[in-house]
Amino acid sequence: MFAFIVRRLLTIPITILLVVFVTFIVLRVTGDPVQIYLDINATPEQTALLRERLHLDEPLIVQFGLFLWDVLRGDFGMSLQFATPALPVVLGRLGATIQLVSVALLFAFVFGVAGGIVAALRKDRLPDFLLSALAVAGQSMPSFWLGILLIQTFALDLKWLPTSGTGSWQHLILPAVTLATFLLPNFILITRTTVLETRSELFLTTARSKGASESSIMFRHLLPNAINPVLSFLGLQMGRLVGGSIITETIFAWPGIGSLMIRSIFQRDVPVVIAAVFIVSIAIVLANLLVDILQSLIDPRMRLD
Amino acid sequence: MKHSMFGKKLKMRLGGGIVIAVILMAIFAPLLAPHDPYDQDLMSRLIPPFWNAQGDWTYPLGTDNFGRDMLSRLIYGSRLSITVGVAAALLACTMGTILGMWAGYSGGYAETAIMRLADAQLAFPDILLAILIVAAVGGSALNLILVLGLSGWTVYARVMYNMTRSIRERPFVEAAVSHGARSAYIIRQHIFPQLIPVLTVVATLQVAQMILQETALSFLGLGLPPPTATWGNMLAEGRDRMWAAPWISNLSGVAIIILVWGINMLGNGLREHLDPNQRGRQ
Repeated sequence: MFAFIVRRLLTIPITILLVVFVTFIVLRVTGDPVQIYLDINATPEQTALLRERLHLDEPLIVQFGLFLWDVLRGDFGMSLQFATPALPVVLGRLGATIQLVSVALLFAFVFGVAGGIVAALRKDRLPDFLLSALAVAGQSMPSFWLGILLIQTFALDLKWLPTSGTGSWQHLILPAVTLATFLLPNFILITRTTVLETRSELFLTTARSKGASESSIMFRHLLPNAINPVLSFLGLQMGRLVGGSIITETIFAWPGIGSLMIRSIFQRDVPVVIAAVFIVSIAIVLANLLVDILQSLIDPRMRLD
Repeated sequence: MKHSMFGKKLKMRLGGGIVIAVILMAIFAPLLAPHDPYDQDLMSRLIPPFWNAQGDWTYPLGTDNFGRDMLSRLIYGSRLSITVGVAAALLACTMGTILGMWAGYSGGYAETAIMRLADAQLAFPDILLAILIVAAVGGSALNLILVLGLSGWTVYARVMYNMTRSIRERPFVEAAVSHGARSAYIIRQHIFPQLIPVLTVVATLQVAQMILQETALSFLGLGLPPPTATWGNMLAEGRDRMWAAPWISNLSGVAIIILVWGINMLGNGLREHLDPNQRGRQ
């Protein structure tokens, strides 16, 4: 188990290097960095200061080394809109995003797995048709439109829930439901498939012949084996979850990293954008690691490869 | 076959029909649109669609906040979605197929480097790349295609890698090698043709994903700047008028869902048609 975690930890530096490299290419090589960081009204003094800070007179490879060093120390420069270092600004928003994502994930997971199991156990009957059709429709649904429809219905028409913002648990419902629907349809379809596949495994026949009750077969033998592909899928879909969170936060004015990123782009606050991109990719790597560890706890066979 | 609500033929016809209809609409947009999609008329702002009592048949689907005709904007909006969706999927497909086949066929360092890169890219979703690029150089159709294409290649690389590895072990490839065929020849003549059916299905379904992502990026303001008529832009504009003019965002949402659902249907139908393993199973 320990060796497994260490082996997985080793992939983190590769990922971080890739993120830093892509960021560097996009910001320094595609155009004039001075134009990217400063607006047209910048004074010559500001330009000179920026040139020195970014070491633009050095060769590119040296610039890359210095950029990497800055990033590793957590020094992304000063935020232009808040006039404070960029990293603390981003970290301050982390809590709200984690709250939204974890509630949405819990929601998607519970309802997705439950829906998938029901569809599989009632295969080719009405519940299966309804759930599968709903899942395919959900895959075609732009979730940002769903968010807007939810606001129209539950906030503007029925006035049951607030339209946007934060503060109480009522504020969390609509954003969490919107974000959950990014993953829910796929959870239903994958759980359905894996439950159907696991159901024909011989170890279930063995368990049944030993006289195990149906509920024990369900929760001790079938579910642990059927849940792993769902977890693998979750690991692969972390990026989508991040994208969904950015969209959801923007629709509902949720004060997390996503809405901060979008706002910073329009404020041309490049240091905050880089810091946020960086924090989010580290979060994705760690979340993937967590999924791997969870999987190997549920299914010891996973530790071997 | 009992599982599907309807068979693969109906799926392909229905999905294909929707896709062809939208493509024709995009091509003949100037002939079909009743108005200029950019023509502002502040006297006829926020007119609701015809089914509403205040509706007006001059503007069948109503007008937006600047008095622009919704129907014409929706027709023109299909152009960007289809162009970006198809071009990005083609770019991702070409890149992923070549890299995946290379990794699977040659093994060694190429395999390690390519597949590690694909893993590492999981932590760098397209939306982050889009945010960086728009922050640096601004939004344009070409940037959207590049962003979505460069982040979409890993799907193909994984599929092609696994399939190439299993095909490489098959007797007919061994026979070709023993006849002295060169790698490039074997890949072109023996391996690639085997991959085409899977590739078609993955690419079709990916166009749907690409279109959803394009509209999402446009919605966030990371696509083409306004006043360009794109479905994502229109949805974003409608968001600010949710109470007074819900039809602006809802009509754009319906347009997106029809096209994406059509492509998904076509892709699922193709999958059932082309993949013999799926035929008996579902």
